[in-house]
Amino acid sequence: MAYSDKVVDHYENPRNVGSLDKNAEDVGTGLVGAPACGDVMKLQIKVGVDGVIEDAKFKTFGCGSAIASSSLVTEWVKGKTVDEAETIKNTEIAKHLALPPVKIHCSVLAEDAIKAAIADYRAKAAKKQDEQPKAAE
Amino acid sequence: MTVSTQWKRNDQPIYLDYQATTPMDPRVLDAMMPYFTTKFGNPASRSHSYGWEAEEAVETARAQVARIIGADEKEIVFTSGATESNNLAIKGVAQFYKDRRNHIVTLVTEHKCVLDTCRHLEQEGFEVTYLPVEKSGLVDLEKLRAAVTDKTVLVSVMAVNNEIGVIQPLKEIGAICREKGAFFHTDCAQAVGKIKLDVEDMNIDLMSISGHKIYGPKGIGALYVRRRPRVRLVAMINGGGQERGFRSGTLPTPLCVGLGEACAIAMKEMDGEAERLHGLRDRFLGKLRERLPEIYVNGDLEQRIPGNLNISFAFVEGESLIMGIKSLSVSSGSACTSASLEPSYVLRALGVEEEMAHTSLRIGFGRFTTEQEIDRAVDDIARHVTKLREMSPLWEMHLEGVDIKSIEWAAH
Repeated sequence: MAYSDKVVDHYENPRNVGSLDKNAEDVGTGLVGAPACGDVMKLQIKVGVDGVIEDAKFKTFGCGSAIASSSLVTEWVKGKTVDEAETIKNTEIAKHLALPPVKIHCSVLAEDAIKAAIADYRAKAAKKQDEQPKAAE
Repeated sequence: MTVSTQWKRNDQPIYLDYQATTPMDPRVLDAMMPYFTTKFGNPASRSHSYGWEAEEAVETARAQVARIIGADEKEIVFTSGATESNNLAIKGVAQFYKDRRNHIVTLVTEHKCVLDTCRHLEQEGFEVTYLPVEKSGLVDLEKLRAAVTDKTVLVSVMAVNNEIGVIQPLKEIGAICREKGAFFHTDCAQAVGKIKLDVEDMNIDLMSISGHKIYGPKGIGALYVRRRPRVRLVAMINGGGQERGFRSGTLPTPLCVGLGEACAIAMKEMDGEAERLHGLRDRFLGKLRERLPEIYVNGDLEQRIPGNLNISFAFVEGESLIMGIKSLSVSSGSACTSASLEPSYVLRALGVEEEMAHTSLRIGFGRFTTEQEIDRAVDDIARHVTKLREMSPLWEMHLEGVDIKSIEWAAH
């Protein structure tokens, strides 16, 4: 199968590979997919006090298209607010990377990974807010 | 290596997929060449020297094929390849004897052309038992014995598996079949010229042979059909009655000559070649294990042809690895490159878990593989596996001591 130049570029020079501290309050972690299905993505975002994503990291077990999809979204989310990042659609990812039909699920997984990371961040933030009044009592 | 290997150039990937196909041995091509142009006669033409010359060449080739499996030349039927041979053997026997026996026994790890033929026969009302294999990839002989009944017409078990290279116990299977009165067919596409085969000693009634897996041409194969006691078949291709009526159609003289020559060379060089390939495989596996932890060979390593390895590189997805090792031509144990995205049914049959099946590569060595190529391959694979593991969330969890099975993964 021929990969698009963009997939090859992201595969050979993946952007933002790595991990952030998953226990940090300003870090949201999304872990999606399943080893038995052949792809697992871990996407992490670090969110500033202004709600802007300052940093993003990924690690992916999966085919070249899965690696490229996750690498691409780390680039896209950086500098966006959490609300903006949430609007990224898998179709945009698939279009940008020229994914063939059998690889569309990779872009779906990347979208799921962003949403999961954002959900994790928001859950932490909500928990923090809940705890603050208690601390004041 | 004295034969020329002009197809090898520095800018070409290293070929490590000898179970998919093999390059033709230049000596085979030399033997074939005259039969395309000057000696072009139809071997069935009885009225002139062109025909006689072609017939003589075809009969010489038939004898060469027969010799490598301990058969008589009258028992060899030329076909277009192992797929046709498997179809002819299984359907031909099933159809001929259907009024007496209607049950077939085979393995879940057989080649698709055997499994699909059996599925087809099931739709026609035949009963088929698909036996499981052990973790080693080998059949449990007691399970086989129990599966063969007085209704079983045919047992079809491959000699060497195309994905994991394991060698089934043919002699023992042949003895069970003889005892129970069932015919024994074996797909030997991956076995001829690699292991010693003897149709008498192993009680084989039908054997499928392929040309292009043994450094011969594509588009030719053969079916061995026992004469004493006689095995009868319903032909699939009707016509001029060539090949004793088993397979009509003008014989492709150059291809027959090529298959014969490939068998003759294999017979002469088999022992030396096996020893050399053993050395290469041990070197490959030894060096790879020095560089990489958490790699697992699928299928028995002892009961296996020396030219095959099937390795799971834990925590690294196979397709992404193949994408990285561009200078190597290997295939994924998982059929991930196809639209199905399902891991290999052969590995699943061994009990290899899906997540591990997704990390597997099939690596095949052969006649033209060199030590330098092995060393380059090890280096390339080790570098890319290391790089991809650094990128793998599963490897990270493994290093943190997280049991990946303890996580509830969402199926998708």
